[in-house]
Amino acid sequence: MKHRSTSEQHHGKKPRVPAAAAATSTSPQDGMEDKAATNPRELTQNPLKKIWMPYKNGLPEKHICQRKVCMTNCPTLIVTVGLPARGKTYISKKLTRYLNWIGVPTREFNVGQYRREFVKIYKSFEFFRPDNEEGLKIRRKCASAALNDVREYLTEDGGQVAVFDATNTTRERRETILEFAEQNGFKVFFVESVCEDPDVIQENIVQVKLDSPDYTNCNTEEAVEDFMKRIKCYENSYETLDEILDRDLSYIKIMDVGQRYLVNRVLDHIQSRIVYYLMNIHITPRSIYLCRHGESELNVKGRIGGDSGLTIRGKEFAKKLSHFIQEQNISDLKVWTSQMKRTIQTAEALNVPYEQWKVLNEIDAGVCEELMYEEIQRNYPLEFALRDQDKYRYRYPKGESYEDLVQRLEPVIMELERQENVLVICHQAVLRCLLAYFLDKTAEELPYLKCPLHTVLKLTPVAYGCKVESISLNVDAVNTHRERPANVDVSRMSEEALLTVPSHQ
Amino acid sequence: MALAINISTEHKNLTQTPLLKIWVPWSGGNLNRRRGSSVPQFCNSPTMIVMVGLPARGKTYISKKLTRYLNWIGVPTKMFNVGQYRREAVKIYKNFEFFKPDNEEVFDATNTTRERRAIIVSFAMEMGYKVFFVESICDDPEIIAENIRQVKFGSPDYADRDIDEAMEDFTQRIDCYRASYMPIDDEKDRKLSYIKIFDVGSRYLVNRVQDHIQSRIVYYLMNIHVTPRSIYLSRHGESELNLLGRIGGDTGLSPRGKKYASALATFIKGQKIIDLKVWTSHMKRTVQTAEALGVQYEQWKALNEIDAGVCEELTYEEIQENFPEEFALRDQDKYRYRYPKGESYEDLVHRLEPVIMELERQENVLVICHQAVMRCLLAYFLDKPADELPYLRCPLHTVLKLTPIAYGCKVESFFLNIEAVNTHRERPLNVNITRNPEEALQTVPDHI
Repeated sequence: MKHRSTSEQHHGKKPRVPAAAAATSTSPQDGMEDKAATNPRELTQNPLKKIWMPYKNGLPEKHICQRKVCMTNCPTLIVTVGLPARGKTYISKKLTRYLNWIGVPTREFNVGQYRREFVKIYKSFEFFRPDNEEGLKIRRKCASAALNDVREYLTEDGGQVAVFDATNTTRERRETILEFAEQNGFKVFFVESVCEDPDVIQENIVQVKLDSPDYTNCNTEEAVEDFMKRIKCYENSYETLDEILDRDLSYIKIMDVGQRYLVNRVLDHIQSRIVYYLMNIHITPRSIYLCRHGESELNVKGRIGGDSGLTIRGKEFAKKLSHFIQEQNISDLKVWTSQMKRTIQTAEALNVPYEQWKVLNEIDAGVCEELMYEEIQRNYPLEFALRDQDKYRYRYPKGESYEDLVQRLEPVIMELERQENVLVICHQAVLRCLLAYFLDKTAEELPYLKCPLHTVLKLTPVAYGCKVESISLNVDAVNTHRERPANVDVSRMSEEALLTVPSHQ
Repeated sequence: MALAINISTEHKNLTQTPLLKIWVPWSGGNLNRRRGSSVPQFCNSPTMIVMVGLPARGKTYISKKLTRYLNWIGVPTKMFNVGQYRREAVKIYKNFEFFKPDNEEVFDATNTTRERRAIIVSFAMEMGYKVFFVESICDDPEIIAENIRQVKFGSPDYADRDIDEAMEDFTQRIDCYRASYMPIDDEKDRKLSYIKIFDVGSRYLVNRVQDHIQSRIVYYLMNIHVTPRSIYLSRHGESELNLLGRIGGDTGLSPRGKKYASALATFIKGQKIIDLKVWTSHMKRTVQTAEALGVQYEQWKALNEIDAGVCEELTYEEIQENFPEEFALRDQDKYRYRYPKGESYEDLVHRLEPVIMELERQENVLVICHQAVMRCLLAYFLDKPADELPYLRCPLHTVLKLTPIAYGCKVESFFLNIEAVNTHRERPLNVNITRNPEEALQTVPDHI
């Protein structure tokens, strides 16, 4: 909620409602016998997140619940199924990254990793032969070790979702996992990837298997040949998820890299979100370009937020951005902006159609809109300190937090996954959130990611992650990045608070 | 993509449209040539959604619900129902159950043959439409019988029939179709875009989703269910600012508001609802109301009241005094009007979409929210168009109980007998910017 423009700005808060009316009274209810209703708890607003919560004896009570994605009490175990080189690890890692970004603590457990730690040196595909007793024993042991870690993560370490990444191609193995889950009170959701397209499989092998520690000492041909034989070892015993036999299980079967999906028995919200996500991702090569608007009038004045236009240098950047985009020779580029003047002005210079998304608007700084950091320190020193203590969760009074931003940006991420080549012209905090998603940055790192003006970030998916190229377009701009100061205590002095404020007019 | 930079565009200033507060290049008033679209580009070409399946498989139910949802999120959609076509022509726009009028029997009306579907696909190709098939497959006799009972007996075809006779007749009709029914074949039809829904949603097969809107449709269809349940909508109890005739803000409940909270607790207990979920916004007044219930509740930021930007905590009189043009614009188009530095109802709908999606997934839910938010939610359930939505009556201290029934929603309104101020401002007669203050303030409800 933006409050007033700078010209009408009050300094210090002046309540519009007379104090008497604002006081909460605890007058007795008339004729109500109901015990719960006679004593509704007093509410206090948590200073960091600005959430209203009931309190007793000056301390917040636990009874309150803020909407989170994973509202189930049950942790969820996602189990991949599929022959080697079907994209299971790709899916596992991507899904894990997505879930963590939207706030669901998730970790992946790759059984292959466990095997590599156990069997220090990989010799050949023979290890995976179905008649290799020794190999089978080790593989079973590794699966158990991984499940053990899953249990610890979900029951003791605060995990909500664990992704168990292995072939799990036999019904017997899956039964074992189901029993394990039932014993521990976990819900199970299977993700099977089925693919018979030899080109896709070949490409998978080239992209991720050749660089595997298993094949460091092989040349390409040797590695591919061995891997193909490895796949063969699994083929005979492969029992795909069956519509009849497995009709009571919850699963999604992904066929031919997303041409077709079979979805069975989605049990809850998180499974529904997972299905939606998996159905929107693709592996077509493409690049995502992220940049901020050109330098704005408020930027040079060291003021945050607002809706001002570009400076001369900002316009210069817009022009250079246009050149840059043309040089990149991108096919079918979509351009997205926020609904704020500065991003639109930037896009206008490109001379191509663009879409304005309100959800790409900069973080709402509420009562701090258009203030300088010095003014925030002067007028709201407590707020300023709280923000430095937990920049991700801190919500501006009548404004937003980074945490809110992530929730707001989720549809953008979903659409970015669906799209191919896209240029997103946005804002500092927004860019940090988007970048954190693509580069798998934690909530602690996110608000401090460096996203300078006049710099384009080109993200290209590669193997299991994302290649980033940072391209500065060589137009000077003010620095808007404020590092976390050493002293974040509410009792700190102004100088300590303002130590890391970048210079401005 | 080699485009020459047009020097003149550099000097083109941006101007903010007064109603929507969207920045557009000012080119002498011709907004049509602007490049920036502020409307989400869900689909570039119109899409035909074609229902497939035997009678009494929920096709009409799904069509109506999907149409309602798409219209609510802002995708103009119309349903073309075969059953009705025999009685009246309905306009085709983007979404319909297709029926090609020729001398063939109504048999093919359910698109149950491959030939029929091929005709549709080539028709669509000619017109430049995308086609998405939704097939409903169900063999559970109980579900089918219930479907028939719930919806067919309201149909004009069976107006004068005895129930058992009608059931018998209808079952026979289904058998006629069954003989020539060819479900979408996963091999032969693998080039088509479709979703198959098995057994009322326990299983889905999705093939070749082409674009964003189809992806949204699939997500929606996978989240809806037919389990009987009720949704209770209510505003927070009367707040301090309500009494003063001020909009927005984040105040607590007035004494009467607190009484309402208790009354709500009693009412809810009396309803004896199984497994009720309670949702509130992040604002003090809804949280306070929920606290009186003595049960667990979830706070959703998305349920916060519409952001009135610079008008937050003002009275209508003050808005008229300080922002008379804004006030008039709002009366001209209340749905699309965005407060300066605030939101519009249109923005609200966008914000509330995840709430609707989760409401579809859930069963019994009580949502304690705010006037504008409640109007948006109600409009979704009761299929109200954008121009009616901002004027729906959602008085304080009244619970609306919505129960899905047949193709729609039954609404029951419960006023809990605690007096409250009226916060409903009707559209005044004169919405012109030139109007005088009295005309603007004519419909403002009384306050302190």
